[in-house]
Amino acid sequence: MTLDEFVKAFAAEFDDTPEETFKADTHYKELDEWGSLVALSIISMVDDEMDKRVTGADLRSCTTIEELYNLVESK
Amino acid sequence: MSSISVKNIAIKGMAGCVPERVQENKDYPGMTPEEIQKYINATGVVRRHCAIHDGSICTSDLCQKAAEKLLSDLGWDKSEIDLLIFVSHTTDYKLPATGIVLQDKMGIPTSCLAFDITLGCSGFLVGLGVMGNLMASGSFRKGLLMVGNTQSEYASPEDRSMTLLLGDAGTVTAIEYDPNSKDEINITYMSDGSGREFVILPDGGSRNPVNDKSFIMEDCGNGIRRTRLHEKMIGDEVFSYGTHFIPKVYEEMRAKFNIEPEQVDYLLLHQANKFLCEKLRKKLKFPPEKVPYNIQEFGNTSGATIPLLMVTELQKELHDRELNMLAATIGVGFSLGVAQIKTHGGILVPDLMYL
Repeated sequence: MTLDEFVKAFAAEFDDTPEETFKADTHYKELDEWGSLVALSIISMVDDEMDKRVTGADLRSCTTIEELYNLVESK
Repeated sequence: MSSISVKNIAIKGMAGCVPERVQENKDYPGMTPEEIQKYINATGVVRRHCAIHDGSICTSDLCQKAAEKLLSDLGWDKSEIDLLIFVSHTTDYKLPATGIVLQDKMGIPTSCLAFDITLGCSGFLVGLGVMGNLMASGSFRKGLLMVGNTQSEYASPEDRSMTLLLGDAGTVTAIEYDPNSKDEINITYMSDGSGREFVILPDGGSRNPVNDKSFIMEDCGNGIRRTRLHEKMIGDEVFSYGTHFIPKVYEEMRAKFNIEPEQVDYLLLHQANKFLCEKLRKKLKFPPEKVPYNIQEFGNTSGATIPLLMVTELQKELHDRELNMLAATIGVGFSLGVAQIKTHGGILVPDLMYL
């Protein structure tokens, strides 16, 4: 999965935030819609799409979508 | 991963008992009605049966009531019972083992082997494997597997991630040695103690004895407050682990025991929360009609969820027909199990009881 595809897949887990809001350098935890359920959906999306396990600690430690992508890719 | 296959035993009956007292999640004072509805939609938990934790109703009492009725319906004489295993994290005492207390209180002969297994959500599948293996050789003839928890006791009232989720229940499964039985139980297990910090009651054991600080309400963020004598759960870590590893345990079990998913009647998921269960259902590719729920009425009752599901949702079918069931669970530890349970009808299941 490329970074662009990852950003799109990340955006698709949000219901109310417009897709164009999401960029590689978006600080995802600052989005109004960010919360525990969206976090679980991201964990699940990464598992489905990449067969990699994102932990809750990973989501807390990263700031941008790109950082998370790089972390997942390194696993 | 480790796997076992148990034959020569037959499940003869199952029963469950929950506290009569009901807690409606909509009545929770710590959240707005909109927040509560959102919580209910995500977790699936509408209400829970919870004891008042003053010692008047313990897990063993719920299991005992279920067992007394089941024994009477089965026509089993207590003198025939030679194995009693109690699986719970909510024991009567730190010592002695609650299984032995139950031997005495129920009037089961002192010749029986009684002991406890301390496990949470995976308790039924581990207990079934242990009891099944002990009995398969014919060393024991009649066994009672009691699995339950009254862990709503451990939830901080100011921790919505726990207090709105946990319910109490006790169950019993009656198992008989029978070399002609066609019942089959296949289980694959996984244990990973690196996850211990994610579901833990930190103080009160030997590692962290109770001290003055154990009682301090700590601010844990997101409006959650609890002491070190309350159960802490980091939900996203459990979710991350479960969604990733349950499918892997399932695939291993499926390959090892040649399971054909289309021949499976039901997939019984540990009623952890509906969000996790639905993710697992989709990952394991089962249609909704094959995956029963009762989490809306009982919440997460830890190790009791799978037998409780069988009692409330499959009562008639367990009696009337052959069933090819799968069960999957993840819980405190982490301890995981995925099982195939094939039964052949005739299982007595009394109506759910209340105490």
